[in-house]
Amino acid sequence: MFILVDMRTFWRTLDRGTLRAIAMVCVADAVVGASFGAVCVAGGLRPWVPTSMSLIVFAGGSQFAAVGVVLAGGSPVAAVAAGLLLNSRLLPYGFAVADLLGGRWWTRLAGAHLTTDESVAFAVGQPDPARRRAAFWTCGIALFACWNLAVGAGALAATAIGNTDAFGLDAAFPAVLLTLVLPSLADRGIRHAALLGAVLAVAVTPFLPAGLPPLLALAGLVLLARPAPAAPEVG
Amino acid sequence: MPLLAIAVLAAGTFGFRLAGPALRHRLRMPDRVDRLQAAGVAVLLIALAATSALTEGHGFAGWARPAGVVVGGALAVRRAPFPVVVITACATTAILRLLGVP
Repeated sequence: MFILVDMRTFWRTLDRGTLRAIAMVCVADAVVGASFGAVCVAGGLRPWVPTSMSLIVFAGGSQFAAVGVVLAGGSPVAAVAAGLLLNSRLLPYGFAVADLLGGRWWTRLAGAHLTTDESVAFAVGQPDPARRRAAFWTCGIALFACWNLAVGAGALAATAIGNTDAFGLDAAFPAVLLTLVLPSLADRGIRHAALLGAVLAVAVTPFLPAGLPPLLALAGLVLLARPAPAAPEVG
Repeated sequence: MPLLAIAVLAAGTFGFRLAGPALRHRLRMPDRVDRLQAAGVAVLLIALAATSALTEGHGFAGWARPAGVVVGGALAVRRAPFPVVVITACATTAILRLLGVP
């Protein structure tokens, strides 16, 4: 009930463009989730594996990484390590959205679980705290529902979904991230740091385990270590 | 994939997620750290966009995917509506693949 009331406030707080964008992301992720469920079951895992994983891990990239290791014959330990490495990026996200989660312990626990690339990106793209909070929770809750339903459906449908690459859906994730971060790049220092970080991450990808390169990109922040000459504040 | 492995992955992941909200109110962040951390998120997301656009596993993802992302990104810079950006990115990639571009 409390959540329903809150959700209605959030609906009114966000503009139509943002809500439509969140819906688009949910649809795109639902397709990815359905393919995750299908890949797991087609690979010989029992349907409870992708569905329980999606509920309690709720981080698509790490789910794919962990299952990928297992399906390729790797050990469960290697699978967990790959997944955790990928998810370590959630640590700075947590600090970024900490103020949006409310003061009660249970909203903080729930909000923490809803912290994803998408919910954080939508939150930081909003101009003020009320809209940041609304964007975070709306995206987080909608994504949690869509992702889990889709994984379940995919696990059931298993073989019905073919190769999602044929529809170019793999281009959706980077395009979405790029679009969402674009406003932050108006700051010249951040833009340069992001560019250096991205070049670094791509350059080391052939040599490092999955998940590590984007973290290494944080080295790009050295460009910001020097005190900036009174740059105009953004956001 | 044993249940224990899933549980450990879930617990570790939740730990990463909860550290910020749990510690945030005890640590008073100086503005400089705040700014650095906001920049850190932007750097991470851009790096994630770059690696997921250009690479697959440890190799190059092929031309079709980054081409779609570039077209989508160009539209985003020109402030095209979000659905247009995403659909055009996917469509560009799909059409290039249909034409035999890897």
